[in-house]
Amino acid sequence: MKINNYVKVSSVKEAYSILEGSSKATIIAGGAWLRLTPAEIDEAVDLSGLGLDSIDVNDGFVEIGSMATLRQVEKSDIVKSLCNGIVCDAAEKIMGVTVRNIATIGGTISGKYGFSDLITPLMVLDTELEFHERGRVSLVEFMDETAKIRDILLKIRIPMKEGRGWFETIKITAIDFPILNAAVTRIDGKTKIAVGSRPYKAVLAEMAMAYVDTCGKHDADCAERAAMTAIAEIKFGSNSRGSANYRKQLCEALVKRGLREVMS
Amino acid sequence: MMKYVNYERPSIDGKGLMMGKPGYTDDLAEQNSLIVKVLRSPHAFARIKSIDKSKAEALEGVELVLTHEDFKRIPVTRAGQGYPEPSPHDKFVLDNYVRHVGDEVAAVAARDKETAEKALELLVVDYEVLEPVLDFEKAYENEVIIHDEPEIHEMFPIGFEPKKNVAASYLMHIGDVEKSLKECDTVTETTFYTQAQAHVMMEPHTVNARIDYQGRLVLYSSTQTPFHTRRIVAQALEYPMSKIRVIKPRVGGGFGGKQCVHGEMLVSAVTLRTGKPSKMVYTRQEVFESTFSRHPMRFDIKLGAMKDGTLKAIDVEVLSDTGAYGEHALTVFMVAGSKVFPLYNKVDSVRFGGKVVYTNRTPAGAFRGYGAIQGNYALESAVDILCDKLKVDPVEFRQKNMIREGETSPIFEIMGEGTEGIAMTMETCKLDYCVKRGMELIDWKNKYPRKDMGNGKVRGVGMAIAMQGSGIPYIDMGSALIKLNDDGFFNLLVGATDIGQGSDTILAQIAAESLRVHPDEIVVYSSDSDLTPFDVGAYASSTTYVSGNAVKRAADRMKQMIIEEGALALKVPVEGTDFDGMTISHGDKSISLKDLSNRLYYNEDQKQLVAVDSYVGTKSPPPFMAGFAEVEVDTETGHVELIDYAAVVDCGTTISPNLAKGQVEGGLVQGIGMTLYEDVVYSKTGKMITNSMMTYRIPTRKEIRSLKVEFADSYETSGPYGAKSVGEIGIDSPPAAITNAIFNAVGVRIKSLPVTGEKILTGIQKSRQKGEKQ
Amino acid sequence: MKIKLKVNGENKVFDVKADEYLLDTLRKNNYVSVRRGCDNTSCGVCTVLINGNPAASCSYLSCKADGKEITTVEGIPEEAAKIAGFFGREGADQCGFCNPSMALTVYAMKKELVNPTDDDIRSYLVGNLCRCSGYQGQHRAIKAYLEVE
Ligand SMILES: Cc1cc2nc3c(=O)[nH]c(=O)nc-3n(C[C@H](O)[C@H](O)[C@H](O)COP(=O)(O)OP(=O)(O)OC[C@H]3O[C@@H](n4cnc5c(N)ncnc54)[C@H](O)[C@@H]3O)c2cc1C
Ligand code: FES
Ligand code: FES
Repeated sequence: MKINNYVKVSSVKEAYSILEGSSKATIIAGGAWLRLTPAEIDEAVDLSGLGLDSIDVNDGFVEIGSMATLRQVEKSDIVKSLCNGIVCDAAEKIMGVTVRNIATIGGTISGKYGFSDLITPLMVLDTELEFHERGRVSLVEFMDETAKIRDILLKIRIPMKEGRGWFETIKITAIDFPILNAAVTRIDGKTKIAVGSRPYKAVLAEMAMAYVDTCGKHDADCAERAAMTAIAEIKFGSNSRGSANYRKQLCEALVKRGLREVMS
Repeated sequence: MMKYVNYERPSIDGKGLMMGKPGYTDDLAEQNSLIVKVLRSPHAFARIKSIDKSKAEALEGVELVLTHEDFKRIPVTRAGQGYPEPSPHDKFVLDNYVRHVGDEVAAVAARDKETAEKALELLVVDYEVLEPVLDFEKAYENEVIIHDEPEIHEMFPIGFEPKKNVAASYLMHIGDVEKSLKECDTVTETTFYTQAQAHVMMEPHTVNARIDYQGRLVLYSSTQTPFHTRRIVAQALEYPMSKIRVIKPRVGGGFGGKQCVHGEMLVSAVTLRTGKPSKMVYTRQEVFESTFSRHPMRFDIKLGAMKDGTLKAIDVEVLSDTGAYGEHALTVFMVAGSKVFPLYNKVDSVRFGGKVVYTNRTPAGAFRGYGAIQGNYALESAVDILCDKLKVDPVEFRQKNMIREGETSPIFEIMGEGTEGIAMTMETCKLDYCVKRGMELIDWKNKYPRKDMGNGKVRGVGMAIAMQGSGIPYIDMGSALIKLNDDGFFNLLVGATDIGQGSDTILAQIAAESLRVHPDEIVVYSSDSDLTPFDVGAYASSTTYVSGNAVKRAADRMKQMIIEEGALALKVPVEGTDFDGMTISHGDKSISLKDLSNRLYYNEDQKQLVAVDSYVGTKSPPPFMAGFAEVEVDTETGHVELIDYAAVVDCGTTISPNLAKGQVEGGLVQGIGMTLYEDVVYSKTGKMITNSMMTYRIPTRKEIRSLKVEFADSYETSGPYGAKSVGEIGIDSPPAAITNAIFNAVGVRIKSLPVTGEKILTGIQKSRQKGEKQ
Repeated sequence: MKIKLKVNGENKVFDVKADEYLLDTLRKNNYVSVRRGCDNTSCGVCTVLINGNPAASCSYLSCKADGKEITTVEGIPEEAAKIAGFFGREGADQCGFCNPSMALTVYAMKKELVNPTDDDIRSYLVGNLCRCSGYQGQHRAIKAYLEVE
């Protein structure tokens, strides 16, 4: 990565106007991921110092500032209280604290990384994003879009709801990128299943979710069929960590497990 | 009674390094060093038609650009072994061919990193891209010849046939294998594959150079072999050896990866030509792509046995991949036999042979346990396959067939490392104890073979036995010099190379034991080709045994000198005079060491006491071990978790029990890494995919839950205070023990490393399908 | 660009490039205890404390660190010596290249976690790789250090 100019902005507005002014201006959050890319940046816009790293409850939502580090997210009692703490659980499984003290939740979501462990549980929690220009949009919708964002993510909003949650990520070693991950929640009688690192970005298993909600009995058989539905509707790919076929098998196993957990 | 041997003592450098004291090669570079950067090949195989360096040379801040045209064509080997070298001379400082992605094309020396990197971009290289050989099973007699240069050669016969892409080949046999296999009740035949493994020492390869006030070239290098480095640099640059000094400072890990020379030739060339200091710190990508890795191998192994569980015949054919250059090609190959098959010494016949071929991949080189870990995996897996077929208990089978104290194996005499071997009898071999104790530590009786944990998880236990050597007899030489100072403390100067394994610490303990002084009274300095006596370096598990014996001899000699000088000072006969570490006494007359040394320096009979001695082994007593693994296999995901690993080691006396334990634990985890996590993966065009620590995975502390390491009570009389070696033995057993445990858990036999969840799941499904059909 | 850092309690001003990383800034200015292992956030050898939190300096922009407190192992000599004592006893240090980063991270962990379990310790230190020790000696040493403290 190359940077010509480094700007610590004093307001979100200032940051946005720099972004608008140059196509080679880029937001720097933790900068951990950008470092690994060949990006050539004219103006690096650093958002630290704008107080965007708080984690609060507001209006029935847990609001996480985009600049909160993964370590802050992981340690937050408020976030831990959501659906068996699956977001914290996922954050804790990303690299070590020396990385989690740098990498941010905002950089994670803006990057829409296929390998993300954090996006997967956020997908099953009805998460909303708040951007400076665009305003609010659901995470699921945002993930579905392919256009590059030229906006500033301010907050990640998760509705405070009681429910059960489950997350698992399969890695070769603890600090490796995942081969596959999955998150399942059951909130207000509705089931949500997300599968990530396929190795493509996380998606909801919509048909499997619908199937579960129509199941008369939430038993092993229901979980089994839902898992079969999920692997039929989701696309998998191959990379050095595993083949598409192996991912499919993992998906089946994880979805089954997750459903068994949240339905029990 | 031993006082400072088998004595817990922190390493002499650990605290200083923990507190951040400078000590490694890069810490000691001249501040104004030129930065040397290397342009590396993007192609697996290509001829360089031309290099235009004019633009790079014209860049402000660039001092020198070197290409193959700037060097006389002198083939060398970078292997860093004894002389004559058993590896083919097939490498030029720079050549007009590049033979793997990451091979050197040109070097730039500039005032800073940014300028050097910019200059690399300005080099214009015209390549004729050639078809590479990437599959080692297709390398032999391939129409593509990787080394077609007329100058390359072997120094003595090693089976070098470059026109056939063969770097070395070998064949030995004992008895008539064909005949004994025919006579056996059961014969198993299996093919195993082992992968390349990267060393991933934390300190990247680093070297710096300067011309000193005497006009001599001084190198600081993170090397395991400073003396070999001096010789190889002198050969490659035709520069007088007498004008080169190689200093090995603290080294941030080596594991064999720094046994070969790396940037030394290029920084030397830069400094000699510019007269300015220069340095090179490898990027992690360069460490992966442009240094060395473990030789991948294929084993076709046949074992023949009788119904009663008597092993009769071992027949092994090996194909080894040395990559683009032949460093350690033959020696690693031979160790895959010589430090593995003597384990079963009661067989009628053994045949072992095969080839080491060139491919257009990152060269292979030395790596802890070289050859032995590959061979051990094949043999000890094959033994379990055989036991399964014979329906005999794998532990009992080993107890019946394995080598024991007082016994020998004809292999020792036939096979050495690159040459013939030396006949030897096992003066110490506590394998029997190691196996028994290991069974207790892992709770074999209750856990073998498997336990269903519910939830789709099954646990299994498996085991393997292993051996190593202690230096190469009649080849590896170590020496030591001890100097008595005023005030009565000592300097110990050794060529032995401390690369983090703690040899400075334990060599001081050996000297202290002989002299009966506290180890703090011994100031160790290791590895400086000007100041310390010769030692081959840190490899082949030679330091404790070979260098340790040299230190012991020198220290014994020093003790005798002190007694003689003491007797002279006390005016008493030498006979009956004794030295206890503090005082020299004869009857009721005595003088303290402090007084004696001050007297020798300043007052009477003035002289400097210096004792020097050296040692070359006449045998290589193997350390032995038994390794026991307990794994948990998730039958739904194929994921394997290592629950526990018990290792019981016979390495003779442990000079420092805590450091010896650290050696075994560290070795085990590298062996576990090779078994379960590590793999060097290439793209279809020969580019390494796993060229960073993000893609190449070494074990983290979360994977390593429990290691139980113990030592057998053992005393090797030929070793210094009973010691054999302990540096490599730990790495050998995990591949077989873990894959045997996986088999015992879920019935899946892993025949190619590393184990992956995918291989296990596929195996489970296959055996299920088989079961359904039956 | 000029940045102000408080390194080991001393106020410093450094002139850095916009894309310079803290590891390079520190090494250039003779804080050589901060070492480069992987250069891509994967090994932990370059760990320093930034406002007390362990972070990989190879991936932390120097400009981003402007105004922050940086601690290298030279800044915690007493703790480092204590930790070294336990490492020494357990044969946990070998090549020592990872040692300063271990001392810093263990020190930070002690401040951050109360009565950590074996798993907590492994989790906290998982990004601090060591290729020599096999981790067991380190684990024993760290536990002993936490118990005594
Ligand atoms: C070595 C390594 C290993 C990793 N392994 C894993 C893993 O196993 N699992 C996993 O889930 N994650 C992993 N990650 C990713 C990590 O969790 C973060 O997602 C990643 O580092 C991005 O966060 P950052 O703060 O570093 O973002 P940056 O690098 O600063 O930014 C990333 C991108 O987001 C943009 N951006 C950042 N903030 C905003 C904002 N507020 N508004 C708009 N755009 C913004 C930036 O312009 C940039 O394009 C790994 C990261 C590293 C460095
Ligand atoms: S050098 Fe920074 S994490 Fe490896
Ligand atoms: S002691 Fe060498 S890397 Fe940890």
